[in-house]
Amino acid sequence: MAQMSYLEAGRLALAEEMRRDPRVWALGEDLGRGGVFGQYRGLQEEFGPERIVDAPISEAAIMAVAVGAAMAGTRPVVEMRFSDFALCAVDELVNQAAKARYMFGGQCRVPLVVREPIGMWRSSAAQHSQSLEAWYVHIPGLVVLAPSTPADNRALLKAAIRCDDPVVYLEHKNLWPLRGEVPDAEEVAEIGRARRLRFGEDLTIVSWSATVHAAADAAEALAEEGISVDLLDLRSLWPWDREAVLESVARTGRLLVAHEAVRVAGFGAEVAATVAEELGVPVARLGAPRVPVPYSPPLEAELHVRPEAIAAAARRLLERRATPCDPQRR
Amino acid sequence: MIEAEAPRDLDRARLVTLFRVMVAIRRFEELALEAAREGLVTGAIHPSIGQEAVAAGVCLELRREDYLLSTHRGHGHSLAKGADPFAMAAELMGRKGGTANGKGGSMHIADFSVGMLGANGVVAANIGIAAGAAHAVRLSGEDRVVCCIFGDGAVNRGPFLEGLNWAAIHRLPVLFVCEDNGFAATTRTRALTAGPGPLARARALGIDGLEVDGNDALAVSEATRALLAEIRGGNGPRFLHAKTYRLCGHTQADAGTYRSAEEVEEQRKRCPIARARALLRGAGLDERALSALEEEARAPIEAAFAAARAAPWPEPELAFTDVQDFGAEAPTRTPESAPWRR
Repeated sequence: MAQMSYLEAGRLALAEEMRRDPRVWALGEDLGRGGVFGQYRGLQEEFGPERIVDAPISEAAIMAVAVGAAMAGTRPVVEMRFSDFALCAVDELVNQAAKARYMFGGQCRVPLVVREPIGMWRSSAAQHSQSLEAWYVHIPGLVVLAPSTPADNRALLKAAIRCDDPVVYLEHKNLWPLRGEVPDAEEVAEIGRARRLRFGEDLTIVSWSATVHAAADAAEALAEEGISVDLLDLRSLWPWDREAVLESVARTGRLLVAHEAVRVAGFGAEVAATVAEELGVPVARLGAPRVPVPYSPPLEAELHVRPEAIAAAARRLLERRATPCDPQRR
Repeated sequence: MIEAEAPRDLDRARLVTLFRVMVAIRRFEELALEAAREGLVTGAIHPSIGQEAVAAGVCLELRREDYLLSTHRGHGHSLAKGADPFAMAAELMGRKGGTANGKGGSMHIADFSVGMLGANGVVAANIGIAAGAAHAVRLSGEDRVVCCIFGDGAVNRGPFLEGLNWAAIHRLPVLFVCEDNGFAATTRTRALTAGPGPLARARALGIDGLEVDGNDALAVSEATRALLAEIRGGNGPRFLHAKTYRLCGHTQADAGTYRSAEEVEEQRKRCPIARARALLRGAGLDERALSALEEEARAPIEAAFAAARAAPWPEPELAFTDVQDFGAEAPTRTPESAPWRR
């Protein structure tokens, strides 16, 4: 086991896949000098400017080139710099990459990975802080992954690069320096499998990306009060691990979903609705209020889903009766 | 009847080939419109009647292994690249055996077996994709050229700038073809477009090219050949601006009220098929030989439409295939309960 950061683990995964498969290449702005966060540092030195390609600030072209290059037999890894900038390339991702295989009747695959750094980080404000995973999960044809640990960033990015579907790969900017154990052996994650952080019996908490760590802190605090939490990190948002979530909630009888994205129509709504439909148990969601992300630290802090809020929501959920037709439900 | 004297150096064999392909394209779209009138083509089609010289002149110069990316008005391009007319006709009618088994329709025809990487329903979207296909050709060390055909409306979208810029900075083997029929959907493009035109915009990005009469099949063919030679010589992308005119509506539902009948009649005198026919007549082919050529060109198209009309519907389960490997949803209805099934 080696200790490394989330950022280093992603870089290791890309380097390993580029050594393994000459069809893999990366394109994006400032990649030659290591990428805006350093997640590509040293790669152009190893693989050359033909495979670590510096792109103009042309998100639509970057994505479209990746679509064409993927259809023509290569496996591009697209860097979007900030997930917010990927909105300049929505046609290329949603109308082209996600649809080509289907609308051409299976004549092609579009095996590209779009790396989109997400999330609130250092007063980045409204155009550099968003978590828009729910948009992508809504689009048939796309796979959506959101790692929360260094080990997962390596294993999931490797799985994404080997996947023949277009993959939206969401890395949280606040997690770049997070250090953790990464296995020495090359691990390729199984897409669609959740990771259980702790086993519990009183309620299930489902989360992903950076909010997993807030949920883990909340579960720790709740344990001290004698409340045992079954905590799942989805890791893969499409496909998502329905079986693991349903198995867990069938045991605990209650579900809380916590994510950083805006709560309204967030992916937590899909998870909660599925559990309510299948099991009829009390569910709750935590997410950001429906406001743009502000700049000033005390304002930005208003939006964060903190461990205290998760623990409080868990206590409220436990006070509710576990019958689906309870008239007292709010 | 257009009279024309054949120039002394006329490449008659090439013109015969161009003529046959143009006649086939025209017949395909006439039969597509007929099928649409009968309700057999359920979605929109965008015919290219009057523009056949661009499709034939450009695509016949491509090799089978070269890639082609086309537009919503792409029937002619696909046919000239060698796509199967039955599969195309069946696709228009949403039938099994169509290029996508009826999952794409007219705007999403593709035939990867002949390098036809897809028509596109979004104007200018194919430009960046073409640059990407060419980038893959470069990375893989393959000997192919990518041809990207788009309309005059596309030059006002951002991907025109971004895609041409990408191809230019990487000196990629792409032939960009602006098939200029004068209308962005149903509005005159010149009223919507600043500056001296598409080729000037390409040249501003360092991409040289040619302007050509897009209703002169031989001229399109010769210009394409010259530009492809430069591209194959490793000189980077080139640009062809072919000026033509759409004699039919924007779609089968467009009566063309934004232009006068006189204007269309005047343009009909420039019909590329009639012009090629007159040239061949002047070059010594008699009426019988020309009629025989036309019959030969039309027959496989007519057979294709007859077969497509008789083709079965796709099984309802096909709605659920080829979505994605991970997380694909299973069919939710039994075939018997599918309400659209006839």
